[in-house]
Amino acid sequence: MEPLLAVAIGILFAAAIYMMLRRSIVKLVIGLMLLSNAANLLIFVSAGLTRGGPPLVPQGLAAPQGAVADPLPQALVLTAIVIAFGVLSFAVVLVRRAWEIVRADDLDRMRDTDT
Amino acid sequence: MQLAVLGGFVMAGMAPLLHRWFGERTPLVMALLPAALAVWLLARWPAIAAGEVLLLEWAWVPGLDITLSFYLDGLAWLFAMLITVIGSLVLVYTGDYLRGHRDLPRFLVVLTAFMMSMLGLVLADNLVTLFVFWELTSITSFLLIGFNHGDLSARRAAQQGLYVTAGGGLALLAGFVMLAMAGGSWSLAELTARGDALRDHALYLPLLACLLVGAFTKSAQFPFHFWLPSAMAAPTPVSAYLHSATMVKAGVYLLARLHPALGGTDAWTLSLSLVGAFTMLTGAFLAIHHTNIKKLLAYSTVMALGTLTMLLGLGTPGALVAFVAFLLAHSLYKGALFMVAGILDHETGTKDVTHMGGLRRVMPRTAMVAAVAALSLAGMPPLLGFVGKELMLESALGAEHYRLPVVVLAFVASFLTLAVAAIVALRPFFGTLRRTPRTPHEAPPGMLAGPALLAALSLLLGLAPGRLDDLVMATVAGLGAVDHEVHLSLWHGINLPLLLSLASLVLGLAVWHRWDRLRARLARLRPLMARGPEAGYEALMAGMVAGAEWQTRMLQNGHIRNYLVVTLLTLLGLVGHALFFRHAPSLDVPVEAYLHEAVVAGLMVAGAVAACVMRSRLAAVAAVGIMGFSIALVFVLFSAPDLAITQLLVETLTVILLVLVLFRLPRFATLSTPTERARDVVVAGLSGLMITLLMLSVLAGERLPRISDYLIANSQPQGHGHNIVNVILVDFRALDTLGEMFVLALAAIGVLAMLRFHAGDHEVGRSLPREHDDG
Repeated sequence: MEPLLAVAIGILFAAAIYMMLRRSIVKLVIGLMLLSNAANLLIFVSAGLTRGGPPLVPQGLAAPQGAVADPLPQALVLTAIVIAFGVLSFAVVLVRRAWEIVRADDLDRMRDTDT
Repeated sequence: MQLAVLGGFVMAGMAPLLHRWFGERTPLVMALLPAALAVWLLARWPAIAAGEVLLLEWAWVPGLDITLSFYLDGLAWLFAMLITVIGSLVLVYTGDYLRGHRDLPRFLVVLTAFMMSMLGLVLADNLVTLFVFWELTSITSFLLIGFNHGDLSARRAAQQGLYVTAGGGLALLAGFVMLAMAGGSWSLAELTARGDALRDHALYLPLLACLLVGAFTKSAQFPFHFWLPSAMAAPTPVSAYLHSATMVKAGVYLLARLHPALGGTDAWTLSLSLVGAFTMLTGAFLAIHHTNIKKLLAYSTVMALGTLTMLLGLGTPGALVAFVAFLLAHSLYKGALFMVAGILDHETGTKDVTHMGGLRRVMPRTAMVAAVAALSLAGMPPLLGFVGKELMLESALGAEHYRLPVVVLAFVASFLTLAVAAIVALRPFFGTLRRTPRTPHEAPPGMLAGPALLAALSLLLGLAPGRLDDLVMATVAGLGAVDHEVHLSLWHGINLPLLLSLASLVLGLAVWHRWDRLRARLARLRPLMARGPEAGYEALMAGMVAGAEWQTRMLQNGHIRNYLVVTLLTLLGLVGHALFFRHAPSLDVPVEAYLHEAVVAGLMVAGAVAACVMRSRLAAVAAVGIMGFSIALVFVLFSAPDLAITQLLVETLTVILLVLVLFRLPRFATLSTPTERARDVVVAGLSGLMITLLMLSVLAGERLPRISDYLIANSQPQGHGHNIVNVILVDFRALDTLGEMFVLALAAIGVLAMLRFHAGDHEVGRSLPREHDDG
């Protein structure tokens, strides 16, 4: 499954970058979303995938029995998901404010600070 | 010794304070420091003359083999003596030259700092220490040339001097590093002893080339000679000290110091003797073009530096003796002549020799000093300059390679120099008294003391050159000719050098006699001169500015996508290179996946691609949502329940937020041309491909021992939690989570702030906090 996901992540990155290269700010924000998701998945997959072994310790034991998925990348990705949401909500509101003032969804019309 | 030099820097820093205490007498007070050092050096003389070498070591950066070690042998002693003696005379001279000048303290700070840097340079044994002092002299020289920084030409000259010498300094650094690699040591004393190994080393030629560029730029050798005459924009004490007696000799000093280690090969002999001889001719030839007394002297300094380089290139014991004698003679007479030029400028208000005349009557003492110094410059007996010039001609006649061109160049240079000497000493002082911008008076004693002492030394040592035998012998020993018996004398009998001297006397006087007419003829050569190395320097500078402008316009054009494309392409190039040439990725990876997993992955990709091509915002947001939920499914399938829950929650919130906020915005407009889109597709596609290849090679690579094993084993015993991911977040990496909470809180405050102010109040809208978007 990992190679398949590697290809999928590559496509996700390509889509994210394509969107970030647009002039429209909304597309830029969508690109940002794609990028953060792709990056999360990249970290998750890089550590290797495990089927049916969540990193949980059964009640009454000191350590899980058998192989479990690597918990560290999961912790990292969890943090990243939440932060990405924070950044995104900020960016979205910023876009809205910008649109209210400039009345344009075009980065090229926001080149100076006096609009 | 180290204490003295470092203390000197402290004293330089204290100059403004001293100026407050001593006022106009400050330069005299400060002159005590170099004078004391000169006395200390004199006290060391018996030991040095006996062939002893003082090595004083201080550890500086022991881990890197960098020591602040000083090394005092005959060669270093001679240079240190020149620096301290002329330094104290120049300080005394400055006292009168810059009397009452507003910026006198600043001048003293830099001049003293230069003096100490120069002293450090000639005493340093460690290459890194030497380099640091070398660059310090370049910087202090820059500050001194630009002393009158209100003047545009002074600023340009200062910049030119800095660029040329500091540019050479870079080459020098490269040369030093190679030298240390080849010789296996950073100590000059040790490198000198390993000459044979160095000369046979594979790096010999590149390191020699780098060192020569460094030394040639510093010592104003052709084609880097042009900065020295421009540097005459500096106040005259600086010209006398830095740009004739000391700093410009640093390059020559370095060559002399390295002569035992690197000298004697064909490459050395050829490059030094030819460059030196050609510089000699260029300097002497360009000198007679000018009527500005300082420029005249500056070009004759270029000529002298060329001579010194040529003598080092010839490298025979005789040439080395000539090197030392010429060096000493030049420092004495040129220092004196520059100070005289400063007196003339100070008293008459002009630097143009054609505007002066008959000053002998108003300033007889200055005229005397000028005459003696100029006789030495001209190489007339019985002055030290004569001894130096005779030895120089003798060595040129004894050259092993290219004897004829070297002798011809040396001869031409010597009669042109004689003409320069005559112009400088006779023009201003003889003939009818001319009106000058200021009414001249005899120079104050402080300004006359320095040149008078130097001129007297030229005369006394010229009359009794035998007194120098020990000094020359000790210095020549430092140059590699150990135990060479030296007997300097004024009279060598009637021989070829003497005949050449006589011929140059006649020709030189002829040039002097017809100087005005000759200059008018030479003026026709101006267009040719305009294409010299200086024009090349100007073109290089202009090209650099143009290049920077072009590059800024290309890379910093204010379009975010342009920055992204440039960054991505650079990244692609670098990572792609490393990936293909260092690792050779293989696509031979076994793929095993269940059907439902493949379907989820396909859904994810479809969502991402759909988000790119949808024309309506709402549809694009929905597509992103599909991708987000598929990712949550991936988390579910591969044992990450916490991630799946979070992703589902966040994805739902995101979609709601986007729909709410972007609902009112219009549909996407097509803003880019098909060409731009095609370019972006290529860039994005290549980046995606690179990510995939990187991931595949990561997956194929070895796994390092995991930190997670520790976390898994200790989650329950230490963290008392059964969900390992949760324990990591709130226990093992609790501080990270705290930081994350701050980021979220800041983002929330930012969002609130933006929503509270409405579009109507532009003034408030503009001053919104922007610093929260770094989460």
